Amino acid sequence: MAESLNAKVAALFNEPGCDKNAAKDEKARKKGCSKPLQPGAAAGGCAFDGAKIALQPITDVVHLVHGPLACEGNGWDNRHAASSGPVLYRLGATTDITETDIVMGNGEKRLYRALREIIDRYAPPAIFVYSTCVTALIGDDIDAVCRHATEKFATPCIPINAPGFVGSKNLGNKLAGEALLDHVIGTREPATSTPTDINILGEYNLSGELWQVKPLLEKLGIRMSACITGDARYHEVASAHRARVNMMVCSTALINMARKMEERWGIPYFEGSFYGISDMSDALRNIARLLVARGAAADLLTRTEALIEEEEKRAWSRLEPYRARLAGKRVLLYTGGVKSWSIVSALQEMGMVIVSTSVRKSTDNDKQKVKDLMGGDAHMVDSIPPREMYAQLRRGDADILLSGGRTQFVALKARTPWLDINQERHHAFAGYDGMVTLVRELDASLSNPVWADVRRLAPWEEEEGETDFDDEGVQALMPIA
Amino acid sequence: MAMIVQRRRAVSVNPLKSSAPLGAALAYLGIEKGVPLFHGAQGCTSFALVLSVRHFKEAIPFQTTAMDEVATVLGSATNLEEALLTVVRRMKPGFVGIATTALVETRGEDSAGDLRLILARNAELADTKIVLASTPDYTGALEDGWASATRAIIENLVEPWSPAIRSFQQINVLPGVHQTPADIDALREIIESFGFYPVILPDISYSLDGHAAENWTATALGGTPLSEISNMARAVHTIAIGEHMRAPADTLGALTGVPVTVFPTLTGLEPSDRLVSLLARLSLKPVPGRLRRQRAQLVDAMLDGHFHFGGRKVAIAADPDLLFSLSQFFVGMGAKIVTAVASTGTGRHLKSVPAETVIVGDLTDLEDGAAAAEADLLVTHSHGRQAEERLGIPLFRVGFPIFDRLGVAHEETVGYRGTRSLIFRVANQLMSENHHAKEEDFRTAIPAVLSSMEEGRHVGGSFANH
Repeated sequence: MAESLNAKVAALFNEPGCDKNAAKDEKARKKGCSKPLQPGAAAGGCAFDGAKIALQPITDVVHLVHGPLACEGNGWDNRHAASSGPVLYRLGATTDITETDIVMGNGEKRLYRALREIIDRYAPPAIFVYSTCVTALIGDDIDAVCRHATEKFATPCIPINAPGFVGSKNLGNKLAGEALLDHVIGTREPATSTPTDINILGEYNLSGELWQVKPLLEKLGIRMSACITGDARYHEVASAHRARVNMMVCSTALINMARKMEERWGIPYFEGSFYGISDMSDALRNIARLLVARGAAADLLTRTEALIEEEEKRAWSRLEPYRARLAGKRVLLYTGGVKSWSIVSALQEMGMVIVSTSVRKSTDNDKQKVKDLMGGDAHMVDSIPPREMYAQLRRGDADILLSGGRTQFVALKARTPWLDINQERHHAFAGYDGMVTLVRELDASLSNPVWADVRRLAPWEEEEGETDFDDEGVQALMPIA
Repeated sequence: MAMIVQRRRAVSVNPLKSSAPLGAALAYLGIEKGVPLFHGAQGCTSFALVLSVRHFKEAIPFQTTAMDEVATVLGSATNLEEALLTVVRRMKPGFVGIATTALVETRGEDSAGDLRLILARNAELADTKIVLASTPDYTGALEDGWASATRAIIENLVEPWSPAIRSFQQINVLPGVHQTPADIDALREIIESFGFYPVILPDISYSLDGHAAENWTATALGGTPLSEISNMARAVHTIAIGEHMRAPADTLGALTGVPVTVFPTLTGLEPSDRLVSLLARLSLKPVPGRLRRQRAQLVDAMLDGHFHFGGRKVAIAADPDLLFSLSQFFVGMGAKIVTAVASTGTGRHLKSVPAETVIVGDLTDLEDGAAAAEADLLVTHSHGRQAEERLGIPLFRVGFPIFDRLGVAHEETVGYRGTRSLIFRVANQLMSENHHAKEEDFRTAIPAVLSSMEEGRHVGGSFANH
């Protein structure tokens, strides 16, 4: 691995903006925060995966993966990051290097030719080039190839150095942010600039969620100069340094980026969420407050409060019919990162009971937020083995599981309702409307007659008595007070 | 005889291939209490896992040796050892299948040697069957990985023939990676109807068919029992499907002395006839009434269906064996293959694909070819949807991955019944795109030959619809 990548990873782990890091002593800080992966029990994506997730939503560029087939071939076009126009980002482009390339050291030449072929055919405003384990291992210098190609073809070729073996998905998110800071942001000037320009960092417009929020901003006259990276265009990201305020959405995935943008261009940032009614309102308030502090007209504050009042009223009136249907239903929330605390508050607003929440990927800060929200020592678990979760759901410890695709089949095979709240979801849950959508989906799932039917024993099983499933020693899921 | 065109492009845009380690892992899922273990970085497993879950809509127990930077630089034998110990302790599998990846192969590690040493010094691994296949991502695709894994299983777990082994009314089946769980069930039924006992390797018919079981199992559910794998020398015959299964079949033949028949395809009337008559010959039994009836139904389906295929221009992209099998099928029904794209060039029989050229390439080649030839139908996996949108040509989904349709595991394509079902599915899709005649269709003169073809199709089409 290149010396510079090592230095970069070390610097990322030593993030002053990260509360967790700030609390460490010098020695612990040096060790970094990557947990060693357990062979044979590790799950989750690699750094390359994380980098790709963070950048793929830039819709008008071509994302080129320099590596053997699997890195791109097994994972392209698999998310629902929506675009309002260009579709180039959905192409799965890879150098698909062969054994000969590796043995003969042809990787760099192949990459260079690949860049030329892409420019000839698609003429994108930029190409993002991702290194992978194999090309990093054989020492392909993608920085040099990109530099050369950028000059030669007059098209920015942006190297993304996040080979899978350097660490987790989260580290990959951060390395992607670094690449944007190094090569993209600040390289162009926006056509216009207003005192109410903001950037949103770490929002990927999954299933079009950004569009649930954008109209609210527009109503207030707030201009989104760049969303990094949901439904983004290259030139928007390149000129994002002229915005007045940064809102950081995805917990700490891009904190390094927010902090460095503050250092370099004096853009203040705050951390917020679009999930849940009160979080959405807080986000609007914070945006307005920071914008006014940076010179926007002061009436923005009163207009924001008026909009919040109106929207909250509208949302609650739309949610009201569901309250009686959902109150008291027990939800097992099993997810990581930002989604935990923001959804917890939202569900509790509906009178639902949270029986357990997992905060595997969340930071200490996130965990504290969950605890605060749920009053005292929440029943937080780091992870539930699938066999135990199956038993818990099968015997009815919870009415519904909210999680990502990984645990989908644990719930379904236990004949328990399940709702996808991770990246692969098909519904948009952001903003006031998104909360209504989430509650509507929860209700549709919980009230589906299919559950009673599939849980019913077959007539002959009725006679023979129920087949036991093995739930020995499995802890009960406890409602949280 | 088709001309094979190797694309010389440096970039592959919209890949057709799925990786070889993934093919190997799918094969390992067809073994009783199996756990596939990818020897590489955790992303290698994660991408394969997500893709397989989306295709099968099932929990998939892939594991990883989680190579990090240190392992990448200093060697990964300890990762392999730790992973095996962890998997065996936590998941209690009967079988662990290791698939190497590009990362570990690029390092040039002797993983097979590492495995031997690991097995020798860890007594707690003795009760688990552990097999390793070399499947670097940079060579071959899904079929190659599936075949390598099957071959590794045969080499390690099948007991060679010895005078002590007594023959038994058993037929070994080595299905290709393009067979669905429903295909395997269909083959089992056909073989059983002649009084034979089928041993199918790998057998994904119960592990990946999608069913709600009574308990949660961490390992593959179903699959070929290990005891039956070791007993494959008892069979009277081995049937392999697809050219990619020739090598595993030959290995099995050499090891056991059981004669082998490789069927290039089992889709279509003639290939099904060959299978059924082979079984009849081996069993010395008449063909059961049920199969005779299915044959008559297939013949009728071909009669009803040919209207919709005749003269249609089809663009196909698939792994070599699936490409061969489907091209034969479409041409046999009267369609024309205007574009044929294979994922890899290793298939020996690509030349016999009934098309002028076979491009070894990606979905961009399919899209360009289909656009140039004004194809009527695209045939490939779900990633063909981008081409479908851009070209406005309907897509018939085949192969792996199919992530935007339900019931993929239950689609049949082999034997009389499977071919019948395939005819109906394709014809129904074409019919749903049926063009209603408008006056402007007839305003421009069209060449005589073409017009008679078009006419034939429309007359037939409307007749069948009435």
